[in-house]
Amino acid sequence: MERRTIDLWVGVFAAAGIAALLGLAMKVGNLTASDIGETYTVTAAFENIGGLKPRAPIKSAGVVVGRIKHITFDTSRYEALVTMELDKRYAFPKDTFANIYTAGLLGEQYIGLEAGGEEDVLKNGDEITQTQDAVVLEKMISQFLYNKASETPTETKKE
Amino acid sequence: MFSRLAEVLRSLGHRIIDRVWRLGAGARFFIYTLIYSGESFKRIHLTIREIYFTGVLSLIIVLVSAFFVGMVLALQGYNTLQKYGSSEAIGVLVALSLVRELGPVVTALLFAGRAGTAITAEIGLMKATEQLAAMEMMAVSPIARVVAPRFWAGVISMPLLAALFSMVGILGGYLVAVPLIGVDEGAFWSQMQASVDFREDIVNGVIKSTVFGVACTMIALFEGFDAPPTAEGVSRATTRTVVNSSLAVLGLDFVLTSFMISA
Repeated sequence: MERRTIDLWVGVFAAAGIAALLGLAMKVGNLTASDIGETYTVTAAFENIGGLKPRAPIKSAGVVVGRIKHITFDTSRYEALVTMELDKRYAFPKDTFANIYTAGLLGEQYIGLEAGGEEDVLKNGDEITQTQDAVVLEKMISQFLYNKASETPTETKKE
Repeated sequence: MFSRLAEVLRSLGHRIIDRVWRLGAGARFFIYTLIYSGESFKRIHLTIREIYFTGVLSLIIVLVSAFFVGMVLALQGYNTLQKYGSSEAIGVLVALSLVRELGPVVTALLFAGRAGTAITAEIGLMKATEQLAAMEMMAVSPIARVVAPRFWAGVISMPLLAALFSMVGILGGYLVAVPLIGVDEGAFWSQMQASVDFREDIVNGVIKSTVFGVACTMIALFEGFDAPPTAEGVSRATTRTVVNSSLAVLGLDFVLTSFMISA
């Protein structure tokens, strides 16, 4: 076969392969979704973070506004200290509430921010003081059982 | 009695020594290939020509298999997932299993059967017809002229083929899941994008397929180079190429996966 034809086919092959890689990165992977521009860092302390992981999303009203940078254990308070990076475009009031939610029944956990009413906004390095822990299913079930047991069984007496 | 036992032990020892010798010869061969690579890059058209024979000509079998693998994955996945009411997760299932495992592994197995055998048979026949010896007589290193271009062609082709395999497989899965079964298109792509990570999944898949490319091509080249110069020898070497490449790919896959998951 002529060399020019071979060159052409190899060129087509290489271009198709690289296009497939780019397609995988853009269309299948989340390379485009993770670009949050400039960020500022805030922290929040939780008594229990459940299954929260670094790089988990931070959402407000369902919109992703940031990601968790890292999670450490604070031995002075014995609480989990979550450091998060928020998008510079979104400013939140100082009394913003940080909750740990679960996406769906068994989905991944994320932090939901609910804006408060104060005029001052969170700045780089600030701490969100109002937090709510992750819901631990075992705790809920035991609480439910405890409540059920403490109810007086009045209905059975009537029979 | 003792002489028979000694005979058995002797044949066992002979086999082990033979294996170790072949392993050492293979390692030396690999080093020589790397050393002579620079010389072969001076005539890059040799490598490009080999990319045509190993990569471009393997495209059809790789793409057709990818399409069917993707379609079967979607069918099987849907069948199981809908029992749990999460048939939208089918995009995730198809994409992750293709990008992480099936893309690199199945491509490498097909490559060993399609291109690896061709390489072994060609080099084995070159040796049997004394073309390699003739090259050496003309002070042309057969490793630089014949082996290194084929090696680099295989190493370059494999990741490209694996990426195409994954992409076409996902396309096949999409065709079965969305138009045929009726899974929601938006959920199919968005759930896929939410759970396929670029670094963890796609880059690791490329690393895997590159390693498989080195292993498959090296085994094919060495078996060809080492084949006894007879018709029977070449045919046996071709068989060994397929068997050894397949085993090497599956074994390496386990090792690489365990490193990637623990890291």
